[in-house]
Amino acid sequence: MTFDLSIITANAGAIWNAFLVTIYTWLAGSVLGLMAGLLIAALMLFGGRPLQLLLRVFIELVRGTPFLVILFLVYYGGPSFGLRLGAMTAGVLCIAFYSSVYFAEIFRSGFAAVPRGQLEAGECLGLGRLQLLWRVQLPQMLVLILPAIVNMLTILCKETAVLSIITVPELTAVLTGIGTRTFTFIETLLVLCIAYLLLIEITSRAGRWLEHRVGIYLQR
Amino acid sequence: MFDWPTFLFSLPLLGKALLITLQTSLLGNAFGFVIAILISSMQLAKMPLLRRLGGSYIFIFRGVPLLVQLLVIYYLAPMFGLPNLSPMVAAVMALSLCSGAYIAEILRGGLMAIPSGQSEAAHLLGMSRPAILLRIELPQAVQSTLPSLVNELVLLIKASALVSVVGLADLTRVAQNLASSDYLFFQHYLVLAGIYCLINIPLTMFGRRLERHLERSLA
Repeated sequence: MTFDLSIITANAGAIWNAFLVTIYTWLAGSVLGLMAGLLIAALMLFGGRPLQLLLRVFIELVRGTPFLVILFLVYYGGPSFGLRLGAMTAGVLCIAFYSSVYFAEIFRSGFAAVPRGQLEAGECLGLGRLQLLWRVQLPQMLVLILPAIVNMLTILCKETAVLSIITVPELTAVLTGIGTRTFTFIETLLVLCIAYLLLIEITSRAGRWLEHRVGIYLQR
Repeated sequence: MFDWPTFLFSLPLLGKALLITLQTSLLGNAFGFVIAILISSMQLAKMPLLRRLGGSYIFIFRGVPLLVQLLVIYYLAPMFGLPNLSPMVAAVMALSLCSGAYIAEILRGGLMAIPSGQSEAAHLLGMSRPAILLRIELPQAVQSTLPSLVNELVLLIKASALVSVVGLADLTRVAQNLASSDYLFFQHYLVLAGIYCLINIPLTMFGRRLERHLERSLA
């Protein structure tokens, strides 16, 4: 058993590219997921009873299914419907799809936390529904749901590791690939763990900083 | 579109695989709970070293993806003198270590909510520290955090799909094998998702009922 980090420096370029792929799939998937989640939450808020019920069923079904299974359904099952996606595209879309229901739940709890009186006041002032959503509800609830969103982002960062199973060349795939080719599991897995720990720590620190900043803004 | 004979033929195989999935996640949850008791009491200990150790455990096992933890155990166990670790043992080890960190965070919240007067009183009655933890604090902490613990079990059952990667014949693995033998990818994976939902949705609803019950009893 030897420990030799030269295998890491020798493959630094490939590992850096893999790191960028991880960041890309994570952030692109999360941003799409956030937008889809907001849409679902808004539809549940303003849509009629049947639509609400339908979305409720959709949310429960997606939340009951493992991320890996969703990935398999889209990437391997998609071609049965002529949906042929590259591994990376499928990965980003699956992260967006999977996270959208969780983000929707977060947004929904945020909407519920804004007092009704404010909506009524806004309506009396002649604000339309979209204006109410954008100008009154969103700014206030964003402060409240910030911790939950940051938490979900860290969860999604870790889920990107699963994309290695459908051959997306992200950190886990590339580093374990180097490990099996050169039989240097200790070094590659150590770097892999440190990379994820760093990403998670940076994200949660940035989240706390943002919470603090927004908190100051609110107190003024 | 949906090939019923294939579906009926696959049911017994999926049933057997379901047992493996349930077995790994329940064992992982049980061992994880034991680890969590240890870690959360370390975090609430007075000694700074113990607190730091507990904190580091949670930081590492919550910060590294479960898949990576699985790979670490699978690849590194033979190098540290644990050759021929069966997939089942590796899977349960990874699930327990990981869920231990998450459950520890839940239990810590429950333990912190208990008034310190209780443990002081028990101490005066001559109870030892472990006895106080196990017989007075833990039952209350579990009761007050039961909804979160059920939620954690749902997450663990979903996470157990990843053990298919280390070659354990769980639900996901068996569905994969079925799909690659007859190329009915979409059908098999749809059935797979359905089975997971059949377990997880009732469990989630049960958790929500517990939560409402708890809120009512506290109100």
